[in-house]
Amino acid sequence: MNQLENPKIDVTNLDFFYGASQALFDVNLKIPSGQVTAFIGPSGCGKSTFLRTLNRMNDTIDGTRAVGKVLLDGQDIYAPTTDVVSLRKRVGMIFQKSTPFPKSIYENIAYGPKLHGQKNKPILDEIVESSLKRAALWDEVKDRLNKSALGLSGGQQQRLCIARAIAVSPDVLLMDEPASALDPKSTAKIEDLIEELKGDYTIVIVTHNMQQAARVSDRTAFFFEGKIIEYGDTTKIFTQPEKKQTEDYITGRFG
Amino acid sequence: MTNKLSIELDPRQIRRRKVLNTLFSATIMILSILSIIPLFLILTHIVKEGFSAIKPEFLVSLPKPVGEPGGGIANALVGTIMLISIATILALPVGIGAGLFLAEHPKSKMGELVRLSVEVLQGIPSIVIGLIVYMICVKPIGNFSALSGGIALAIMMLPFIVRTTEETLKLIPTTLKEASLALGAPYYHTILQVILPAGLNGIITGVLVSIARIAGETAPLLFTAFGNPFMNMNPLKPIATLPHLIFTYAISPYDDWHALAWGAAIILLAFILLLNFGARMVAGKFGMDHSA
Repeated sequence: MNQLENPKIDVTNLDFFYGASQALFDVNLKIPSGQVTAFIGPSGCGKSTFLRTLNRMNDTIDGTRAVGKVLLDGQDIYAPTTDVVSLRKRVGMIFQKSTPFPKSIYENIAYGPKLHGQKNKPILDEIVESSLKRAALWDEVKDRLNKSALGLSGGQQQRLCIARAIAVSPDVLLMDEPASALDPKSTAKIEDLIEELKGDYTIVIVTHNMQQAARVSDRTAFFFEGKIIEYGDTTKIFTQPEKKQTEDYITGRFG
Repeated sequence: MTNKLSIELDPRQIRRRKVLNTLFSATIMILSILSIIPLFLILTHIVKEGFSAIKPEFLVSLPKPVGEPGGGIANALVGTIMLISIATILALPVGIGAGLFLAEHPKSKMGELVRLSVEVLQGIPSIVIGLIVYMICVKPIGNFSALSGGIALAIMMLPFIVRTTEETLKLIPTTLKEASLALGAPYYHTILQVILPAGLNGIITGVLVSIARIAGETAPLLFTAFGNPFMNMNPLKPIATLPHLIFTYAISPYDDWHALAWGAAIILLAFILLLNFGARMVAGKFGMDHSA
């Protein structure tokens, strides 16, 4: 439990609103560094909304409001002095539907580094290669880096998006149901990749698939109706949940 | 008095239905053939009447004075190209900007206002647009000009470009925008580097179609570009255009001028068909494959 004394992300008393309707109620959570934390819960329980508060992606939706504290390495990301661009460089995000830009594979990966000022071609080449290798995609695409990324398969596109996120060297990777649109084989590859990446990155994953949460995560939080019902070590949540609601959800009684 | 519902069909009724079905199918077939006839008539007639007028000198020489044979439409070709260029340069940034705003803020007050204005603008008769441009542009400048004509055409193009830009950009998934923002890209960078390129084919198609729509406009040019029997390259002077030249020649009493009008009509039509064809190519070849 001592990793939680110095958490990567520390959320206290977070409420979140879409206009007048409240989506998150007094969320308190400490996310340990270098581990995989999974959020589970039925649809509409607020887990994705919560994930999106961690890189302030909800800012892009008109009329949303967050009240409370979200500390990343001890700094409040909702403080007025926080620069959203540098925050998002540190906190990368992978979406449910893969989102390759309509550019070449190379340009997709180089997009972030270029954006943040890297113009040196040999260094960019190196970043592209190492990011693609890290995402276990290099061998499949090294001969067609200049071809459109839209020509890749669904699973490859998702790994490309992971490589693209890694290319700006973030500390945290937020994954919003990264494998739910993929076939079982591609899903297994993504899960292997998560296993590979943890340690170097703090990974937070939202998933509908409870087996997936059990397989990949170290800690699990169960969300229900905008509140965290239970949070703890994944093995404990899945074998001896403390709350009845958690047990009901995990055993498939609702959800 | 039986309560049982009868499901037995009257054979006469079956026959009646069959006849009606056949009649109905035949009717819509005939109506659809009717819809092809106008284009067919226009194309055959124009080609028959005007084809003899099209010679190399027709495209490169100026109109001759009354009584002299020959002459061409070089001034009107140049004029039409200049007007279209001016109109496109003016309408393109405004139209894409407004379309982008509509796609980004569809529900905002400003968005509602823009959408309403554009819809109303699209319905305004082109002759009225010509009148307004006469008041705000021709009068202050002091004479008819290519610039005024270009402004009138730009106003006509604007609604098309706004709507096609909006429609195209709305098809692009929001997650694409969020993916760029999530990498730390600022908003403007995301729009310029990811969103607009993703919608480029759709926007180009819209612009080509809008050019095709205005290329044949005559009414708004009557008191803006005015027409000019001579070659003019100065945007601040009156200028000839193909539709206006067709109009002038067609209402003249001379047979060889009529032939010139038919010839100019072929050129104008070919230009517009080419634009439409180009728009289809762009839309079809690259398509909206960002969902793939």
